[in-house]
Amino acid sequence: MLNRNEIAQRIAQELRDGWYVNLGIGIPTLVANYIPEGISVVFQSENGILGMGPFPYEGEEDADLINAGKQTITAMPGASIFDSATSFAMIRGKHIQLTVLGAMEVSETGDIANWKIPGKLVKGMGGAMDLVASADNIIVAMNHTDKRGNSKLLKNCTLPLTGVRCVKKIVTNMAVLDVTPNGFKLLERAPGVSVEDIQKATAGKLIIEGEIPEITIN
Amino acid sequence: MNKVVKNAEEAIQGIKDDMTLMVGGFGLCGIPENCITALVKSGIKGLTCISNNAGVDNFGLGLLLQNRQIRKMISSYVGENAEFARQMLKGELEVDLIPQGSLAARCQAAGMGVPAFFTPAGYGTEVAEGKEVRWFNGKPHILEAALEADFALVKAWKGDRFGNLIYKGTARNFNPAMAMGGKITIAEVEELVEPGVLDPNFIHTPGVFVQRIFQGEVYEKRIEQRTVRSKN
Repeated sequence: MLNRNEIAQRIAQELRDGWYVNLGIGIPTLVANYIPEGISVVFQSENGILGMGPFPYEGEEDADLINAGKQTITAMPGASIFDSATSFAMIRGKHIQLTVLGAMEVSETGDIANWKIPGKLVKGMGGAMDLVASADNIIVAMNHTDKRGNSKLLKNCTLPLTGVRCVKKIVTNMAVLDVTPNGFKLLERAPGVSVEDIQKATAGKLIIEGEIPEITIN
Repeated sequence: MNKVVKNAEEAIQGIKDDMTLMVGGFGLCGIPENCITALVKSGIKGLTCISNNAGVDNFGLGLLLQNRQIRKMISSYVGENAEFARQMLKGELEVDLIPQGSLAARCQAAGMGVPAFFTPAGYGTEVAEGKEVRWFNGKPHILEAALEADFALVKAWKGDRFGNLIYKGTARNFNPAMAMGGKITIAEVEELVEPGVLDPNFIHTPGVFVQRIFQGEVYEKRIEQRTVRSKN
């Protein structure tokens, strides 16, 4: 099984030089810690910055410089700052090459649910619906099952949707999968996890073709 | 031309019960602190507030919520406020949650003379319920209407007597779109200067969108999530 950092590390292998990338809250944020050598990417935060840098050193926090999680951040050399309407123009206009976000459920057709649990306090979708509706390349980072062991990779989502037919790839603690027109295609399995384990933990249609290699993380 | 008013109390003249306000800011970053304080003192109630978030329990729009001055919130994310949650669960507060990009675009649209627009955000979700769907370039989009507001309250870093504004850092966020969207836009700034001082090449909000401006008395600029790394 992969831990949170290892999931992030595996997703970081998907980054390509020159990409603009939006990372959601939670595991996706950790992807920024594992940018492969020789690759330069620019992180967008949807509250209005391209070129988001690491957290500031103690004493150097600026209340006027935060990310979408309301955390204090720094700006990289070459960063740019803009308003919310411009920020979502670059998201809606497909100028951001990769979006990584968490999910409660993903369906075998790529639907995603990650903003609302009926009967529980609803906090809102923030920018998630805008991001998933427009991005061409969406990777979901999540655990394969919920706390009670129920699969989060389903035939159909049961929770209110955030977006339809949008997720392209999923990296879980157990596996790497592509979302294809025919279902979840198993690409890689976590060390110590068998194809049968993944099959058991996947409620939606799972496509297994040939030998499934182990995920490699340096 | 002089759009300068003395202070926040004078700036909010004309805001009445049951009006709709756009309030700039993202979390507690770039919020019009002085106007909010003046609204709390005024006791004006029944407000509909269009704002990305609803503040925290004892700061930002949370102060107006505590005082029961807000009837309805139109926001994208409202998670950081226990009093908000309590009022919402008891049905005392109406809440309209909309995608963040659509929120910004709907505020801006009001000021651009665009009554509505099609966007892919929210298609196939409950946000799309009751909205017209149309396909462009092989993809479904939903019709979203401009958001109208009687007043917009925005906060900038520097401004001049003509209402030209410059923001600092990510405190810009929703402020420019809302400055455009409000029927009457009140700008509060950290530093008010004479026309000619600000370089016209670097104005973020042209003064035409601003009707009243004043220098705020104090800015607490509270940080919601202080995150730092150690120097070692």
